[in-house]
Amino acid sequence: MRLSLVGLSHRVAPVELRERVSVPPARAAELARELGDAVCLSTCYRTELYLANEEVDRAVSTLEELAREPLSSVVYRLHDEAAAVHLFRVAAGLDSLVPGEGEILGQVRAAYDAAHPGPLLDRVFRQALQIGKRVRTETPIAESPASVPAAAAALAQQVFGDLRGRRVLLVGAGRMGEAAAANLSTRGATIAYVANRSGATRLADRFGATSIRLDAIAGALGDVDVVLASTSAPGAVVHASDVPAHHRKPLFFVDIAVPRDVEPAVQELDGCYLYDVDDLEAVVAQTMSGRREAAARAEELVAEEAERFREWHASLDVVPAIASLRARAEEIRSAELAKLAGLTDRERRTVESVTAQVVNKLLHLPTVRMKEAAAATDGAAYADVVRHLFGLDED
Amino acid sequence: MVEALFWPALLGYGEAALAYSSPRFAWLGTWGVRIGWLAQTALLAAQAAHSDGFPWGTFAGSLNLFVWLVVGTYLIWGCRPRYRLLGLSVMPLAVLLFVVARVGGGTRAGERSHYGNLFLVLHVGFVLAAFAGFTLAAALAGLYLWEDRRLKRRAADILALRLPSLVTLERLTLRTVAVALPLLTLGLAAGFVRLAQRGGGFDALMAITVVTWLVYGGFLAVRPTGRRGAHVALLGFALVILVRVALAGSHF
Repeated sequence: MRLSLVGLSHRVAPVELRERVSVPPARAAELARELGDAVCLSTCYRTELYLANEEVDRAVSTLEELAREPLSSVVYRLHDEAAAVHLFRVAAGLDSLVPGEGEILGQVRAAYDAAHPGPLLDRVFRQALQIGKRVRTETPIAESPASVPAAAAALAQQVFGDLRGRRVLLVGAGRMGEAAAANLSTRGATIAYVANRSGATRLADRFGATSIRLDAIAGALGDVDVVLASTSAPGAVVHASDVPAHHRKPLFFVDIAVPRDVEPAVQELDGCYLYDVDDLEAVVAQTMSGRREAAARAEELVAEEAERFREWHASLDVVPAIASLRARAEEIRSAELAKLAGLTDRERRTVESVTAQVVNKLLHLPTVRMKEAAAATDGAAYADVVRHLFGLDED
Repeated sequence: MVEALFWPALLGYGEAALAYSSPRFAWLGTWGVRIGWLAQTALLAAQAAHSDGFPWGTFAGSLNLFVWLVVGTYLIWGCRPRYRLLGLSVMPLAVLLFVVARVGGGTRAGERSHYGNLFLVLHVGFVLAAFAGFTLAAALAGLYLWEDRRLKRRAADILALRLPSLVTLERLTLRTVAVALPLLTLGLAAGFVRLAQRGGGFDALMAITVVTWLVYGGFLAVRPTGRRGAHVALLGFALVILVRVALAGSHF
């Protein structure tokens, strides 16, 4: 049984092409059914068809129909172990733009769940999902933030720990600020106030926050833990003098605006921590380098699992021979038992048990040896010898 | 024979002190702490079984007990990878003090004890347990100041170190002191009861211990936050060091 992969990804295809071959989940499941025993994995960065049949050319044609152009120079075709290793790397996040990103594992699971594949694809996808989990639990690849908004939220956690119940003041309505606020919100923080020049309410409505004007910031500072600033104001809108003199809890300022919104003197105040966009970029660069280091360990895990897959896949070559051999032995045993007459039930049970043990013990070593030989790549030759010696194909 | 238990305990603590220096092997450090602590527990139990009174009445003996209490208190948090740096500050100190205890004869068994009085045993036990708590609180406060400094300096690798959050460190410092101070209060009370029974002078160590109690009492009453709170915890620990090391000879 052959495992094949046909696909294209961000490594070989530009976004214009990727968006044409990208298919929604429901269509991906349909596509998999049309191709027989197949799984279609389609995300922003890749569209890949995994096949456990010989429909590789049809799969390429399907992608070309979606792309409305020939894809021979772009599409990759991988088979057996190479295809499995590719899937393992994809599930581990090692083939992603940001190493270790977490979304891909859910997408692989969704593609697998939607397809109801046969035994080969079932095995390789289950193993890929396990690897994805292992890589994320056994290496720190997914622990560090990979974007400025995520870095802001991770730093807030470094100050406060659990962000549940922490209150955030969002100053300005910049896109990056909104993304950072959303990130904080998903980690449990409450966006308590949104301040901007006009007192506009779109963001306040989105986060269920109170809308205030910029000149009310000083009054709100005593009621929040995190200040997220991203206005397009030409100068500072949050000053050191705005911070309450005897605040007892830490205040974390994230200034994503250029020119900066928060006066640098805020950093000098006890219990106040200020990060501007350059600081956050530096944190992201550092964590990305950490992710790349962790990726090396993740590659080792993938290599271990690839070896396991190779052994399992190779053993498939000898499974039919082993099954035939055991069936033949059982057939002979049953025939000989049938010739025995005049035995009591108890005697018959004893003879059946003894003969079954003899057969099992005799066949144990050849079975193990054939599986070992399969793992060492000459399994097919062994299987042929066994078939020949025992006349397994002569019936 | 009993004293041989010193070596597995030292080996465990020493291994932990080394392993905590590498994030990759921090989990081995935790096992070193656990195994070392169990070996030291066995050592203390054997010492207690072979003694006719309180076996840790000498300065070296009390250091032995003190190390066990410090490591035991640390174990409450020691299993978490995020507290690796706490282990890195606590375990080398434990190794050093444990070796000093051994050199001073504090790990021997069968020593005759002149501490048979219950009040005295309670006094030493409670005071040492309190000091162990203050030691850990100081380590937490030190970690707080270090992390605060890195956040202030906006160190790019701040997230790579996987430290506990500032608020968590502050809360743990407060809780540790809140547990340790009542123990010190009980220890002091037992000491004063014995002083009243047997008579004797009020020495410098007693005076500094009372000052230590006042410092930590003030800490709990005022609950200073941020760097100020960490500095007060460290000030209290400086007094503990003074009591344990510089003035120990005047009291034992």
